[in-house]
Amino acid sequence: MNAIEVNHLCVRYGSAVALDGVSLAVAAGEMVALVGSNGAGKTTLLDALSGVIKRDSGEVKILGRWAHVPEGRQLFPDLTVDDNLRLGAFRTGDRDTAWAYRLLPELERTRKQAAGSLSGGQQQMVAIARALMSRPDVLALDEMSLGLAPIIVQSLARILRDLNRERGLTVLLVEQSVRLAFSLCTRAYVLETGRVVASGTTAELAESPFVENAYLGKPDAAS
Amino acid sequence: MSAFLSYVVHGIAVGCGFALLASGLIIIYRVTRVVNLAQGTFSVFAGFTAATLLGAGLPHVVAELAATIAAGVLGLLIGLVAIGKPGTSPQASLIVTLGVGIFAYALEILFWGDQPRSFAGVEGSQELFGHEFPFQYGLVIAVTLVVFGLLEAFFEYTYWGKALTACASNPYAAKLVGIRIIRMGLFAFGLGGALGGTAGVLLTPLSPMSYDSDLILFVNGFASAILAGLKRPLFALGGGVVLGVAQSLVAGYAKASYQSALALLLTLAILVVQGARRPALEEPE
Repeated sequence: MNAIEVNHLCVRYGSAVALDGVSLAVAAGEMVALVGSNGAGKTTLLDALSGVIKRDSGEVKILGRWAHVPEGRQLFPDLTVDDNLRLGAFRTGDRDTAWAYRLLPELERTRKQAAGSLSGGQQQMVAIARALMSRPDVLALDEMSLGLAPIIVQSLARILRDLNRERGLTVLLVEQSVRLAFSLCTRAYVLETGRVVASGTTAELAESPFVENAYLGKPDAAS
Repeated sequence: MSAFLSYVVHGIAVGCGFALLASGLIIIYRVTRVVNLAQGTFSVFAGFTAATLLGAGLPHVVAELAATIAAGVLGLLIGLVAIGKPGTSPQASLIVTLGVGIFAYALEILFWGDQPRSFAGVEGSQELFGHEFPFQYGLVIAVTLVVFGLLEAFFEYTYWGKALTACASNPYAAKLVGIRIIRMGLFAFGLGGALGGTAGVLLTPLSPMSYDSDLILFVNGFASAILAGLKRPLFALGGGVVLGVAQSLVAGYAKASYQSALALLLTLAILVVQGARRPALEEPE
C-alpha cells in the first residue's frame, strides 16, 4: 500500500516549469530520500504535496495524515516553544504537548522560551516536534541537516529512525547531504530540473556512477 | 497650568479613540499585510448607527454595543471583498479598501444624509482646577483600557490569538500547520471593524461624525499605528495617546487647523527615519 503516490505532477511559476511530470511512490512505513541539486524542484514538490502551492496538473494521493517540516525551520519566532507545538495540532485539536516532550526530552526545558531565541539544532527539533503534533502518518522533511552540527544531525536521524520503526511513520526526506539521506533511507529518487532522472534502492544508487559523480563527491568514479 | 491639564486630558481621551482605530489597523495589517484604508469608515458607520438606534428608542450601552457589532460585521464584509479571493495581492486589496471607503460615502449619504450627526454620551462633568472635564472623557479612557486589556488577554492566552500571531509572523508555516490564512484575515477584518466601531461610538458624542470624517480618523489612526511601529496592538495605545495629546496641545497653544498637519508630519518623519534605518538591500522573506 502506498502512503504517497504522485503521478505526472506539474507545477509552474509563471512561465518557468518547476516540476515537469514528476511521478513517485512511497510505500507505507518506508523511508525514502529525495535528492538533487539546488533548484531541482525538491522543495516545490513538498510544497505541492502540502497544498501550499497550486498544482498545475497531475495527481497526488496521500494516505493518512501528512506533516511537513519545511526548509529553514520556519517557526513562529515570537511565540514560545509550547505555543509552536500547540499550533502544530491545529488540524487535529489534540493540543497536549506532553508526548512531544517525551519524544524530544531536550525541548522540555525550553518550553517557555521564544522559539526564535533557540539554537539552530533546538529550532530544528521544535520544527520536527511541531510537525509531529499533528500525529502524522507521513512526515516530509526538507533539508533537515542544513547548518547543523554533525552530532545534532545524528540525534535527529536517530529520532526519525525510531519513529519509523516503532510507529511505522512513513518518511520522505529531502536532503542536500546525500550520504545522510542514503544512510537513513532504503530508496531514493534523484530530481534534476523538475524531473525524476534516477530512482532505486539507495544501495543501487550509491553504486551508480552518475550519482557517485554528482552527489557523493567521487569524480574519479565516473572516469 | 490648568489650561495645560485640560488640553492633556482632552488629548488622552481623543488619543484613546485613535488608539482603538490604530489597533484595528495593526491587527488587519499584521495578518493580511493590507493597510485598510476603510478603517475610518467603521467609526463613521458605528457612530451613525448608534445615533439612529438611540433615536429609535434603544437604551444606551445596547445601542452602542449593537453599533460596534454591526461595524464588526461590516469589517468582515469589507474583508471578504478585499481579501476573500485567494491569491489577491496586498496591493490590490489596499486599492479595494480605498474603493470600498469611497463607496461607503454614497451609502452613508443615502441613508443618513450629508449633515454631521451626534448623540449625547455620558452627561455631566467634573470641575478640576477651574476647568470642566466631561464624564465622557472618563468613559472613553475606561472603555479603551478595558478593550486593550481584553485584546492583550486574547493574543496572550487564547489559541485563536496565537493562531493570528502565527499568521502574522510566518504565513507560510501557518499554512503548513493547517491554519487557513484567508479565514484568519477575515477574522482580523471583523475584529478591526469592531475596534474602529468602538472608537466611533466613543468619539461621536465628543465631536459630531460626518460621512467624510473617516479620512481624518484614518490619518490619525494610521499615524498612531506608525508611531506604534505597526507591531503590537498594545503599542498603539501609546501611539494614539502621544498623538492625541500633541494635537490637543498644538490646538490649544497654536491653531486647531494644525492638528491634522501634525499627524501627517509625525507619520512622514517616522517613515523617513525608519526608511533611512533600513538597509538598502533586504533579504527577500
